[in-house]
Amino acid sequence: MSQEVIHEATPQRASLLYDPRVRGIVFQVVLVALLALGIWWIVDNTIENLRRSHIATGFGFLKGRAGFDIANTLIDYSSDNSYGRALVVGILNTAIVAITGIITATIIGFLVGIGRLSNNWLIRKLATVYIEIFRNIPPLLVILFWYQGVLALLPNVRDSIGLPFGSFLNNRGFYFPRMVWSDGAWLVAVGLAAGVVLSWYVARRARARQMATGQQFPVFLTSVALIVGMPLLGFALAGFPLTFEFPQKGTFNLTGGVNVKPEFLSLYLALSFYTAAFIAEIVRAGIVGVPKGQTEAFSALGLRSGQGLRLVVIPQAMRIIIPPLTSQYLNLTKNSSLAVAIGYPDLYAIGGTILNQTGQAIEVVVIFMVVYLGISILTSLFMNWFNTKMALKER
Amino acid sequence: MQEHDMSWVRTEMALAQAAPRSQVGFGAWVRRNLFATPVDSVLTVLALLAIAWALPQILNWVFFDAVWTGADRTACLTTEQGGQLPVGWTGACWPFVSGRFGQFMFGRYPMDERWRVILTGIIFIALLAPLLIPRVPYKGLNAILFFVVFPFIAFYLLVGGFFGLSYVETPRWGGLMVTLVLSYVGIVVSLPLGILLAMGRRSKMPIVKLLSVVFIETVRGVPLVTVLFMASFMLPLFVPPGMSFDKLLRALIGVALFAAAYMAEVVRGGLQAIPKGQYEGADSLGLGYWQKMGFIIMPQALKLVIPGIVNTFIGMFKDTTLVLIISMFDLLGVVKQNISGDPTWATPQTAKTGYVFAAAIFWIFCFGMSRYSQFMERRLDTGHKR
Repeated sequence: MSQEVIHEATPQRASLLYDPRVRGIVFQVVLVALLALGIWWIVDNTIENLRRSHIATGFGFLKGRAGFDIANTLIDYSSDNSYGRALVVGILNTAIVAITGIITATIIGFLVGIGRLSNNWLIRKLATVYIEIFRNIPPLLVILFWYQGVLALLPNVRDSIGLPFGSFLNNRGFYFPRMVWSDGAWLVAVGLAAGVVLSWYVARRARARQMATGQQFPVFLTSVALIVGMPLLGFALAGFPLTFEFPQKGTFNLTGGVNVKPEFLSLYLALSFYTAAFIAEIVRAGIVGVPKGQTEAFSALGLRSGQGLRLVVIPQAMRIIIPPLTSQYLNLTKNSSLAVAIGYPDLYAIGGTILNQTGQAIEVVVIFMVVYLGISILTSLFMNWFNTKMALKER
Repeated sequence: MQEHDMSWVRTEMALAQAAPRSQVGFGAWVRRNLFATPVDSVLTVLALLAIAWALPQILNWVFFDAVWTGADRTACLTTEQGGQLPVGWTGACWPFVSGRFGQFMFGRYPMDERWRVILTGIIFIALLAPLLIPRVPYKGLNAILFFVVFPFIAFYLLVGGFFGLSYVETPRWGGLMVTLVLSYVGIVVSLPLGILLAMGRRSKMPIVKLLSVVFIETVRGVPLVTVLFMASFMLPLFVPPGMSFDKLLRALIGVALFAAAYMAEVVRGGLQAIPKGQYEGADSLGLGYWQKMGFIIMPQALKLVIPGIVNTFIGMFKDTTLVLIISMFDLLGVVKQNISGDPTWATPQTAKTGYVFAAAIFWIFCFGMSRYSQFMERRLDTGHKR
């Protein structure tokens, strides 16, 4: 109260120039004006430049015939398809390398991260060496090393390296048998779905029973049995509707089977190994971040060390791990744009080709921005949801 | 009973006994660290086997089977491929690196002018070294020389074109020199810009805050490749016809803006860790906004985030390699160009050799930076950490 009185008694003695609020408003108005001027200047120049080089603006070019071939496609595509479809092929290629890379990097990263905390001196040192090597080398170099230094040196088709299960490795990539499903395959899918639903139900009931009576039920083993067994049952009922199409070695090429191209392999391996080094550090920090008292507490409660790790330490470590892990996943996705250096047709490479053909620089860059920002936002949304699920439940 | 005096007091310390044999020495260490449990033993054996399999191969490739001298590709070819070496030979082809060393360092910078690059490098090291060693005095003057004066000297020496030095156009630059130029400019521009953006993001002025957030989040959401792509394809569209940017300059702008967005987030982390009392304390002393930030908040905040800043630097140093995608030739770009475009050294082992060499150089720089940041972190640790 007294402050207000004083304030009213001495109204606005200082000059307006020294009022932080007024200054803030003036500053922002000037900023907006400058920004608007800058944008106007840029837009004006751009329109002028586009008019001079006779480039039509707008996204109409997406319907035009692409006229270039793409080596790796997940959906049907030929050079007669439109630019729009070519871009979809690119987006799918980016997605597949990002998803497989994230899965592999997470597995390697967790193994190495736990290895760094091992009681075993040798394992600890090996993990440290791995992390220090890969963290301090540019990812592009790792990609090129795999592509030109390792995979290009593999023998040619005639001398393909034979691997188990009828797969081959040569300088055109990795070949493995294709699964060919015949009639009745839907029973397997039904079996899988039934297995998943049943194990979810069992887990729910088991939890309810443990809450009520304290008796435990082997949920994990039952779930594995259900998820593996039900599809097998469906498989047997349908009369084993599966054959394999093995890659056949010809003189100049391998026919049949699935071919994973060296471009994909090198990108996938490089991104996985590179990102795994960072994930390993995050995992280590997360586990170290759980106070030692928690370990002592679960021992005091009589939990075995495996149980304690699973029920006490890891849930708490995950809370520390998840936020930085999210940014590593995003980094991996963004780094997949390095594919362009080795000719893997991801979104960026295909967009670049389209830009060279049509000159639609602004539209192509807008598409890049929208897709990459979209992937970033989707990943962050998913990880935030996962994070809230794992977060400390406080009353 | 009386003769036996029960009260006996030891007058000297019992001699310490040697620790049991199972607790000391090499054997105990091995047992504790390598064979503590059955699982550990299995892991140790597996790891030893892996090392025994891989290490000789690596050592042979790098040293014992490697070719050290030669004039062209025939030195590194097997008899099957038209050279002298036995069939099935693999090893590093080091004469490729020594033969192309000049290019790896300077790109196509004119031979007679390379002393200018070397001189710039010497000045760079002479200014950087005392800045990094804590005991050397005159840090302020040194910093001004390094961050303000040095760019002008370096520009004059490297570009030239007046006062008797011939002009060297930037497309002729290349190799490690471009990598270092890009990183240096990126660091010098991105740190102040990042600090400004971080302050903007925490500003009370809504428009300033909005603009900072939009800039930071957009740049962080897209790959650097896209930013470089924009810088190289869209910047020319944005300026009046006839006005053109140098390609290197465009890449510099892209790298610096990109790094600034990441730097801003690191600095913001530090700003958030400063207790409110520090701001209020500065206010109560009557300091203005810039004084408050410059004298009270930033010195504390930046100290907190030194590891983050160095990590961003390391990331940026590695990211400079991406300029090869917009066809500029930094160290990796030159190595790649020599591997795929030069028949003089086209052998199966050239690619591996070149990339291992480039990886070693990048590794030394990045590892050095990260070690230095750990050293600084320990040194600046005032023990007030919560």
